[in-house]
Amino acid sequence: MTERHRRRVAVRAGKHVLLTAVALVMLYPLLWMVVSSLRPDEQIFTQAGLLLTDVDLSNYEDGWDALGQPFSRYVLNSLLVAVGCIVGNLVSCSMAAYAFARLEFRRRRLFFAIMLMTIMLPIHVIIVPQYIVFSQLELTNTFVPLVLPKLLATDAFFVFLMVQFIRGLPRELDEAARIDGAGHARIYLRIILPLMTPALATTAIFTFIWTWNDFFSQLIYLTDPSVYTVPVALRSFVDSASSSSWGAMFAMSVVSLLPVFVVFLFGQRYLVRGIATTGIK
Amino acid sequence: MSALGELARLRRQPAPHGPATARSKADERASWVFLAPWITGLLVITIVPMAASLWLSFTEYNLLQAPSWIGLDNYQRLFQDPRMHNALWVTSRYVAISVPLQLLLSLGLAVLLNQGMRGLALYRSAYYLPSLLGGSVAIAVLWRQMFGHDGLVNQVLGFGSIEGRSWISDPSTALGTIMTLNVWTFGAPMIIFLAGLRQIPNMYYEAASVDGASRFRQFRSVTLPLLTPIIFFNLVLQVIGAFQAFTDAFVISGGDGGPSDSTMFYSLYLYLQGFRNFDMGYAAAMAWLLLALVAAFTAINFAVSKYWVFYDD
Repeated sequence: MTERHRRRVAVRAGKHVLLTAVALVMLYPLLWMVVSSLRPDEQIFTQAGLLLTDVDLSNYEDGWDALGQPFSRYVLNSLLVAVGCIVGNLVSCSMAAYAFARLEFRRRRLFFAIMLMTIMLPIHVIIVPQYIVFSQLELTNTFVPLVLPKLLATDAFFVFLMVQFIRGLPRELDEAARIDGAGHARIYLRIILPLMTPALATTAIFTFIWTWNDFFSQLIYLTDPSVYTVPVALRSFVDSASSSSWGAMFAMSVVSLLPVFVVFLFGQRYLVRGIATTGIK
Repeated sequence: MSALGELARLRRQPAPHGPATARSKADERASWVFLAPWITGLLVITIVPMAASLWLSFTEYNLLQAPSWIGLDNYQRLFQDPRMHNALWVTSRYVAISVPLQLLLSLGLAVLLNQGMRGLALYRSAYYLPSLLGGSVAIAVLWRQMFGHDGLVNQVLGFGSIEGRSWISDPSTALGTIMTLNVWTFGAPMIIFLAGLRQIPNMYYEAASVDGASRFRQFRSVTLPLLTPIIFFNLVLQVIGAFQAFTDAFVISGGDGGPSDSTMFYSLYLYLQGFRNFDMGYAAAMAWLLLALVAAFTAINFAVSKYWVFYDD
């Protein structure tokens, strides 16, 4: 081995050591929370290590019933909201995207520019009147205020993502179908939608994660414990808990992170592609 | 490039003009159907509430009595409210410190990972996972424990319960714990950087090394200039996001922005005014000031970008 070769190997090894160290520092708190949730309460404040001597599930049993309703209720509520938002985004955003990508209409550029600008609009300038209207219609403490906006394509980010994707599909396919006498409804349903499943998958996955984690609007609209979603329930747990129930709180935190983790494991390809393409192209 | 790039391009290119064809008449009709949900949403969910909140910002309204017009009083109050000034100061420090740190870290690691490292996919996953979990209440709960008196951080640092202090109940360090949480989620911008690095043609590096440029020189003269559009995109996006930060401060401070208002973010103060005190007019005025600030920052970013962002095409 030459001197130069040896040095190159050393540099490469050094980089791996650095990258691994960063990964460990980043993931350690997560691993520690999972391990701690399986330990008796008092050890959470004394054990910084990851070694688990025996598995203790009592935190999960305690946490599951610590609030007014069993935790499964909150999980179910969160799932209902997430499914509603996913369906809403898939239908409404893909329709708008088809129009922007394939149809010629007046003021298209203006509308498109407006749509892009709404991506950057802070929710705060609309939440106050929205809340007033929904509370006058007695729709707070229902999932309507959370799901209805998604049925109306207000997540412009996904419209943009789908427009980008449709632009990449060959127009010859549309033209061929048009010659065969297909209208726009048919082209959208039979040609564009089946071809854009990767973009639909990315949208579904991101919508799931963002809805599952969303706290601000759920906190505002859901004040009755029976309609609490997971984040709102966890928050009320923090408020009501004494310092002795950290174990139970950790256990329910792990439960609440689990679905996102599973989606991350199986949907990573779509997630990475989603941010990479909307970030660059 | 991105939604921002698309906007910039729309501004540069003139609109095409031409006579309406039979095709475009059919398109016109179809577009109303396809755009119906979006247009309804734009009106009902965005534009009308925006107008309403602008009007509300000139009124006093507590949900119980009808709104009463008070002119510019809410805005005057904004300029005199010391808690509001503090909220702006806290949020500005959070943006000014955590966003650059997050971008430096994500850029550095993306460059390192892009050097043909084995196990790229594994590292990328490990770094990306925190960005997906980061915005959640559960992670804020974890942070609250970690930086507490007997928390993980003090245990690791080996502080006993005497010299160990609680990072979240000390006003001088509480904001820092929330900044670390934001830096921790550097994975998403890193993936955008990685995708950008991959688009730089290899021939640039070949040409540079024929000319005898060192690795550092190549980074400075090839990588960095070609990456500036993506640095710009990430910067605008992260600044807009950080201005609106809410969940972490809410959960870590127990909902009150404490200790001594040291984690009173702008969004949090707005929430407390609007949805705890039901001072809707004041909250609406705060929201419009926030929009003005975010818009001004984005506009400045765009204006300054002419001097440092390099477009290859």
